[in-house]
Amino acid sequence: MTNKTLAEIAKGLADGEYSSVEITQAYLDKIKAKDGEINSYITVTEELALQQAKAADERRAAGQADLLTGVPIAHKDIFCTEGVRTSCGSKMLDNFEAPYNATVVEKLNAAGTVTLGKTNLDEFAMGSSTESSFYGATKNPFDLSRVPGGSSGGSAAAVAADLAPGSTGTDTGGSIRQPAAFCGITGIKPTYGRVSRWGMIAYGSSLDQGGPMTKTAEDAALMLNVMAGFDKRDSTSVDVEVPDYTTALGNSIKGLKIGLPKEYFGEGLDPRIAEVVQNAVKELEKQGAIVKEISLPRTHLAIPAYYIIAPAEASTNLSRYDGVRYGYRCENPEDVMDLFLRTRAEGFGMEVKRRIMVGTYALSAGYYDAYYNKAQQLRRLIKDDFVAALNDVDVIMGPATPNLPWVAGEKDADPVSMYLEDLYTIAVNLAGLPGMSIPAGMVDGLPVGLQVIGNYFDEARLLNIGHQFQLATDWHTKTPA
Amino acid sequence: MEWEIVIGLEIHVQLSTDTKIFSGTSTAFGQAPNTQASAICLAMPGVLPVFNEKALFKAVQFGLAIDAEIGKTSRFDRKNYFYPDSPKGYQITQMDYPIVGLGEVEIVMDDGSTRKIGVTRAHLEEDAGKSLHEDFEGMSGIDLNRAGTPLLEIVSEPDLRSAKEAVAYLKKMHSIITYIGVSDGNMAEGSMRCDANVSVRPKGQKEFGTRTEIKNVNSFRFVEKAINYEVQRHIDIIEDGGEIVQETRLYDSELDETRSMRSKEVANDYRYFPEPDLLPVVIDDEYIEAARKSLPELPDAKRDRFMSEHGLSEYDATVLSSGRAIADYYEAVVAGCKEPKLAANWVMGDLSAQMNKFNVEFENCPVPAEQLALMIARITDETISGRQAKTVFECLWNQEGEVDAIIEAKGLKQVSDTGAIEAIIDEVIANNPGQVEQYRGGKDKLFGFFVGQTMKASKGQANPAVVNELLKKKLDA
Repeated sequence: MTNKTLAEIAKGLADGEYSSVEITQAYLDKIKAKDGEINSYITVTEELALQQAKAADERRAAGQADLLTGVPIAHKDIFCTEGVRTSCGSKMLDNFEAPYNATVVEKLNAAGTVTLGKTNLDEFAMGSSTESSFYGATKNPFDLSRVPGGSSGGSAAAVAADLAPGSTGTDTGGSIRQPAAFCGITGIKPTYGRVSRWGMIAYGSSLDQGGPMTKTAEDAALMLNVMAGFDKRDSTSVDVEVPDYTTALGNSIKGLKIGLPKEYFGEGLDPRIAEVVQNAVKELEKQGAIVKEISLPRTHLAIPAYYIIAPAEASTNLSRYDGVRYGYRCENPEDVMDLFLRTRAEGFGMEVKRRIMVGTYALSAGYYDAYYNKAQQLRRLIKDDFVAALNDVDVIMGPATPNLPWVAGEKDADPVSMYLEDLYTIAVNLAGLPGMSIPAGMVDGLPVGLQVIGNYFDEARLLNIGHQFQLATDWHTKTPA
Repeated sequence: MEWEIVIGLEIHVQLSTDTKIFSGTSTAFGQAPNTQASAICLAMPGVLPVFNEKALFKAVQFGLAIDAEIGKTSRFDRKNYFYPDSPKGYQITQMDYPIVGLGEVEIVMDDGSTRKIGVTRAHLEEDAGKSLHEDFEGMSGIDLNRAGTPLLEIVSEPDLRSAKEAVAYLKKMHSIITYIGVSDGNMAEGSMRCDANVSVRPKGQKEFGTRTEIKNVNSFRFVEKAINYEVQRHIDIIEDGGEIVQETRLYDSELDETRSMRSKEVANDYRYFPEPDLLPVVIDDEYIEAARKSLPELPDAKRDRFMSEHGLSEYDATVLSSGRAIADYYEAVVAGCKEPKLAANWVMGDLSAQMNKFNVEFENCPVPAEQLALMIARITDETISGRQAKTVFECLWNQEGEVDAIIEAKGLKQVSDTGAIEAIIDEVIANNPGQVEQYRGGKDKLFGFFVGQTMKASKGQANPAVVNELLKKKLDA
């Protein structure tokens, strides 16, 4: 009962095959049975889920159901959920119950979705492996010794292991696309400003963007339909009309111009992944797409620019966690300075501290121009590369990750090697473009993701490409043994 | 050695908006602690700022009032520092692109001399909360009601050359912001606060001396005293061969001295950078024009008009235009009696004297302007004499009723009927033959005696002008 897509569940509910309470209970049971070994959830909201499911069934009985009414989903534990612990994977917020709902949660609640729980993530979304969580690492359902990617690793693992048919995620440098690739699911990071950031705990404010993580592109379209839209509470959300993303799903991709950046197939890429990606592109060519090689010459600047800008923003975004008003507070502080210092020393984990220090340094007097300002200049150049390329082609494709999911613990001693894993995803956040990862093949029993990057607000096209690919292939149906 | 004093002021003005600068939370003053602290004020995880356009409009109004450049593209930045009453760990402010650029104001000194004082910039920012150190044994309380209140920080050029000039400048700014209504300017409630940067240098030297900053001085009087103290401290140190340490100091009004606020830590590095949660603020000419149209007449323009239209002296015009309340009151009196000079005399004379005596502001003047106007009209239409008017005014101040009723009740009606006055004069002449003889013999001074006798006989009600005229006629006949 729990191996279904969102679309299938929606249909099952509409056809009366089962009630929302029944399907919700099935997922709750499966979580109980299976999540002990995967650790994809931080909090399972069983009581709330059954309440919402009951209300959804009543709404359906009253003839007022929307498409997703009664469909259970999970939320990355970075979205504030009223009355439910919202931890962001940190000891700092272990005792924090949000007093309000994030816009994304509010919209999905209004559509009638049921909240199964809050999924695991790297602490404050800082990481590519979901190992830095205060609540322990999440395992990759395809190989429990390996990482699920991150930071939305809990969401990706939950969907891959059928512990949720869909989940929200967030992506600052690849945090939706990379775990989607590692766990063999579909994940889309929309255009910056497409989805409201209100209630989404900030990491890198100018880069963070929420999006859906699902089994299929069709499911992603269904969720994004609800999540997207202008929000006056988020000044950086954009007032551009939201199309019905499911409408475009029937379009042919004949004549679609695909650009393959030569920089995305160079040194550092596992040749087996290159082969999977090339095969996937061939499938699209078969459907009438036109492929050409392009260049994004500033690709190599993306990681250095990102690892200045994101930590700089994070270093000040995380200043509010001071033990004064909510969250963790050290015991018996001697004075206010002791309160600040010990609360933060005890409340934050290693990776968060590392990024706060890097960001603080980059913004310091005397270093600002050399680091932060320079990184912003690089950011503009990187964006210019994309804008120029997208004048020429409709979408850009390449691998979502240079390597297969690594063995847990492997990169503990060398954080920079982990940063380099985000090579292909980070530039997309710097440019603010939409990017999607879809399952495109398997290597050694591990999933491989194809990344599709589109023009601003061109999510509908990306989702349709994913859908057409998934109509012709079955990589998205591969499940862990 | 002769010293030149150099002063620059930073004035923080709370803009009088109903809601905070980055949230819809109320800004009302004097509420119970933390009752006006929303999730945004508390810097809950996930909250975002949204800029209040009302604060922008008021900032633009201020910029136009001091003839400043308006930043068509301004931007917000984060100023990072940890403090318990700064909930986000940073303040949202404007660093490189403020809403108001270079401007200037003219100040008038007591001797009538004027000086132009440059304004470097004025930028928008949010106020912090308050730390409460009393009432909590061994702990501090935090009240975040004030956190997020919109502030306009007005930074002057180092153009001020004395404590008196600094006070004149501060008063000028106070007058402008209250005139145009961007702030209530209430210094006691902290709606207007001032930091003073002070240095001295030998007269003729170009380079500035090392400055110190006196923080948060909250009255005109204390600004003057704090600066004077600090200037003398600088001079004493330098003349003793010492050096000024650049630092922040606090003025203690009880001891009338400044004290170093320097703590153990080294200089703060605020790590300013553009606020990524807010877009740049872009305004067009239309917006600026709308702000310009909304401005009332400003003090300088009003002063000039009082001089040209009402024929007032520069001094009178300056006093009567110094605040919006006194100016509005004066104009209402003029409108009612059409006697601008008499109105100026009464408003600046008897009325201001009473107001000062009882420490009443013009906003709360107990004498309605139209009643004062009516009283002046009764002087000019000769119903009452100037002397009788003093009595009427006293009754008005004590709120004993309206002008005509007071005149009636007190029997103050002036007698101008020549027949009645003639009769009295005849009696006075008949009763004082000796004085009449002396007067006619050349003792002109005695004329006053006859006026006095006549007024006394009429119980003060005779029109003095008529009395004068008739007396002259009769005595000189």
